Amino acid sequence: MTMDPNVFATVASFLKAQSGLALTPDKAYLLNGRLQPVAEQHGCKSVAELVAKLNGAAPAQLKQDVVEAMTTNETSFFRDTTPFEILKTHVLSQLLERRKVRRSLRILCAAASSGQEPYSLAMLMAENAARLAGWKTQILAVDLDTKILKRAEAGIYTQFEVQRGLPVQMLMKYFEQCPGGWKAKPEIRSMVQFQRCNLLEPFSHLGEFDVIFCRNVLIYFDTPTKRHVLDRLANQLAPDGFLFLGGAETVLDITTSFAPSAGHRGLYLRTEALRDRKAG
Amino acid sequence: MGSSTAALTCLVVDDSRVIRTLARKMLVGLGLTTSEAENGAVAYEMCLASRPDLILLDWNMPVLDGLSFLKKIRATDLDRQPKILFCTTESEFSKITEALAAGADEYIMKPFDEEILASKLHMVGAL
Repeated sequence: MTMDPNVFATVASFLKAQSGLALTPDKAYLLNGRLQPVAEQHGCKSVAELVAKLNGAAPAQLKQDVVEAMTTNETSFFRDTTPFEILKTHVLSQLLERRKVRRSLRILCAAASSGQEPYSLAMLMAENAARLAGWKTQILAVDLDTKILKRAEAGIYTQFEVQRGLPVQMLMKYFEQCPGGWKAKPEIRSMVQFQRCNLLEPFSHLGEFDVIFCRNVLIYFDTPTKRHVLDRLANQLAPDGFLFLGGAETVLDITTSFAPSAGHRGLYLRTEALRDRKAG
Repeated sequence: MGSSTAALTCLVVDDSRVIRTLARKMLVGLGLTTSEAENGAVAYEMCLASRPDLILLDWNMPVLDGLSFLKKIRATDLDRQPKILFCTTESEFSKITEALAAGADEYIMKPFDEEILASKLHMVGAL
């Protein structure tokens, strides 16, 4: 179906303002399929009628439903493997030394989607329980989409989902069978707190983190929005903390707040920490 | 695992020709070479003769079922044991536990797709 350019422009502008999502014309084909159910849910005869309502006076729920329908929630357990290897070896070793007096770690999982990433982090921590004995570990998982967060909090996954990225030994150890699939055990679910958060809005109230996972989020933003989000993430990351981005993401030519960690693909450090290290 | 230059070999063991064909297409697409057996007994003889790097193994088959084959091959003195991935409709917790205890390296619950197969192959170091 051909998309009316005015409808496309209205949705693109709305998404940019609400979520930072940069909807490019090559994604116009997604609009009808994703917004038709939302239109029906809100009593609109067509997507065009729904879109016409997306002005300042539109009900908050309608706005939220449109944003959630257009958000991509692609994820899997231990997605891309390498960041988790780097966390387990390099990052955890560094933090165990640097935080040995405080004995606590805070990890932010920005754009947690249906929960596979934060639960992967929880399982990684559980696998390293001996190294972390006596430590307090908090994993805060945030996302813009409240529906997906509810799913994540329930911790129930289909047979297909638990077979993508999750070794069967970990499935046996950390999940139990339930109607509809497999449910993360309470000891894993209790390690993760879920909270709605729009990365475009202030999030300083979340506090400071030692590690931030913000993977495959920036790819949906334009450059000024990427810079805005990265600079604010830098404010929430401990000066000697660690930022993980997706494999297709970078900070180069976007911000000077972070610099790549040599030899660790997808890992970034705050530039002030690198400066201090060189000066020291 | 296996030689550094030659493609890894995978023996697909399933009494369903449809599943064997489906798995073969996926595995070839992922860069592996394949051979096929319709039950555990045939698979055992083929293993001794050609020493595959990997085995994709169904559970319920005539003559010799997957679990019996697994126990038999693990009890066989080979210079190099193959990586064995169960690929079965058996999805009960107890069945998976039994397979792992018998020496399975990974476990695929049918139905599966290429993404799951690739993920599991990656986990056993084949991709």
